[in-house]
Amino acid sequence: MSIASETLVRAAVDSAAAHGQIATFPPDRPLATDGGGLIAPLTVAFETYGALNAARSNAILLCHALTGDQYATSTHPVTGKPGWWDAMVGPGKPFDTDRYFIICSNVVGGCMGTTGPASTNPATGRPYGVDFPVVTIRDMVRAQAMLIDYLGIETLFCVAGGSMGGMQVLQWAASYPTRVFAAMPIATAAKHTAQNIAFHEVGRQAVMADPDWRLGRYQEQGVRPEKGLAVARMSAHITYLSEQALQHKFGRKLQARSAPTFSFDADFQIESYLRHQGLAFVERFDANSYLFMTRACDYFDIAADYGGSLAGAFKGAKTRFCVVSFTSDWLYPTSDSRAIVQALNACGASVSFVKIESDKGHDAFLLHEPDFIATTRGFLEAAAAARGLERK
Amino acid sequence: MNKDASPKAMAQSGSLLGDGKPGATRVDLEVIAGMVARGAKVLDVGCGDGALLQLLARTKQVDGRGMEISQLKVNDCVAKGLSVIEGDADLDLFDYPENAFDYVILSLTLPATHRPREALENMLRIGRRAIVSFPNFGHWRVRAELLFKGRMPVTANLDQNWYDTPNIHLCTIKDFVELVDEIGANIERGVALDRAGAPIRVNAPWWLWNLLGAQAVFLLERDRPREE
Repeated sequence: MSIASETLVRAAVDSAAAHGQIATFPPDRPLATDGGGLIAPLTVAFETYGALNAARSNAILLCHALTGDQYATSTHPVTGKPGWWDAMVGPGKPFDTDRYFIICSNVVGGCMGTTGPASTNPATGRPYGVDFPVVTIRDMVRAQAMLIDYLGIETLFCVAGGSMGGMQVLQWAASYPTRVFAAMPIATAAKHTAQNIAFHEVGRQAVMADPDWRLGRYQEQGVRPEKGLAVARMSAHITYLSEQALQHKFGRKLQARSAPTFSFDADFQIESYLRHQGLAFVERFDANSYLFMTRACDYFDIAADYGGSLAGAFKGAKTRFCVVSFTSDWLYPTSDSRAIVQALNACGASVSFVKIESDKGHDAFLLHEPDFIATTRGFLEAAAAARGLERK
Repeated sequence: MNKDASPKAMAQSGSLLGDGKPGATRVDLEVIAGMVARGAKVLDVGCGDGALLQLLARTKQVDGRGMEISQLKVNDCVAKGLSVIEGDADLDLFDYPENAFDYVILSLTLPATHRPREALENMLRIGRRAIVSFPNFGHWRVRAELLFKGRMPVTANLDQNWYDTPNIHLCTIKDFVELVDEIGANIERGVALDRAGAPIRVNAPWWLWNLLGAQAVFLLERDRPREE
């Protein structure tokens, strides 16, 4: 491994590793992936908030989305900003850190300390790059289960997450039904549609079209495909917002000028905004990780693992589900959530379904939405009572 | 057929009131709660603000689920800790498997369904028992309004004008009993309620129940050939 070839990303990974908590699984405990790969050794970086009770019954696992990480509420070590779910996690918030023991880990294939394409491949002594095994949502959940075992927790009080995190929630309920007391799949789907895959493919092609991608070997060559990754983020970011929100916020407003410049400058505020989103993103995210994360979502089709029957995935489930969608989310629209609810009803599972009125699009689940906060609190409190958790 | 559906059986169901706190609860909900066995698995179709589910949880420790057509009410129910989904009695009962519940309840919602017979059949498919309450269109006040005023009745139980009401399939107690007979279900219990929602405890012939009952609550059981 060449120290000279370390990049900004590598530094970010190291700082995450230095600040977060780490569970390392030795080579004799590999993660066997759906694609037939073995990841060993496996490091899982995670954060915890609150305290585990004596009965070990108050643990909540939060699953992060495509470009999220383990910093659910603590300050992000790279950006210095509050965690991605600061609206929902903390003392007195629905995921109450005074009451629950909250765990959030970086997914396998990620770039914030958990083993991923930027990690060193023990077989070569060089970064994995695209030689990293293509991981699935189920592989991410397998790695999380290893972490939960490592923490000595048998049953999670709740598993919750939005978007790709919601896919992990569904996978948890399907793979480990007895280990999940309550589950909250939010703004998510049981499978990726053609349109979902299409947007991801545009993002991947943008990364791979950047000359600095170097067939995925950019780390060793001391460069980064920043332009490609930024474009990928720009296109993806559009899918996270509603047309209404974009129009309301930007419309045709010009950026710090009174008239068009008749050039390809960022004349419009929306252009400037997207460019900013792209630039900010590349500072904290690894391009190869982005390829792997999007691929994992594309392969997700939980019914396919159960003979094409989504209800089959949750047969006999004792888990209490609360499915949440947002009205203006067109990336994973309410119809996707409804399909999950129908499947859960078909197998007699306990399910609540809440559709939150919002014009914020897919990203609404990350924002301060009072109805979402109220229903999450109600669902968790009822589940806590059923679980026999003491009130604080 | 429904041998138990005699006025006598209806009158015998007097001791219905649950041990819920008095006052806030609608009496008809207490009548329904009185028909539910402790610890049962219950689906309340058209659960509204969740009052019945809360009453059942408090007094009968049921495993309760709700379905409600208004999303705002659903969100409100879930915020209260109830297990409720948005759904339509006409469309979404098909998703549930057979025998998923001990009781499926339809409280004052039957006249608002597009296909009451189908809804009833579905309830008795997914539940071993069904509890249905509805306003009785055979009540003497209703008859009187039609007879003397010649207008669609607006009463305490049918409190909206014909152009505002969600009720599109109104029926009398007699009509309902006939429908139950037609779909081959048993009436385990029936209660007629007066205008205040309290059970009428007098023993009376059928035609009188149909005349005096402002509402009715029926506990139905699916006819099963040789099971159990």
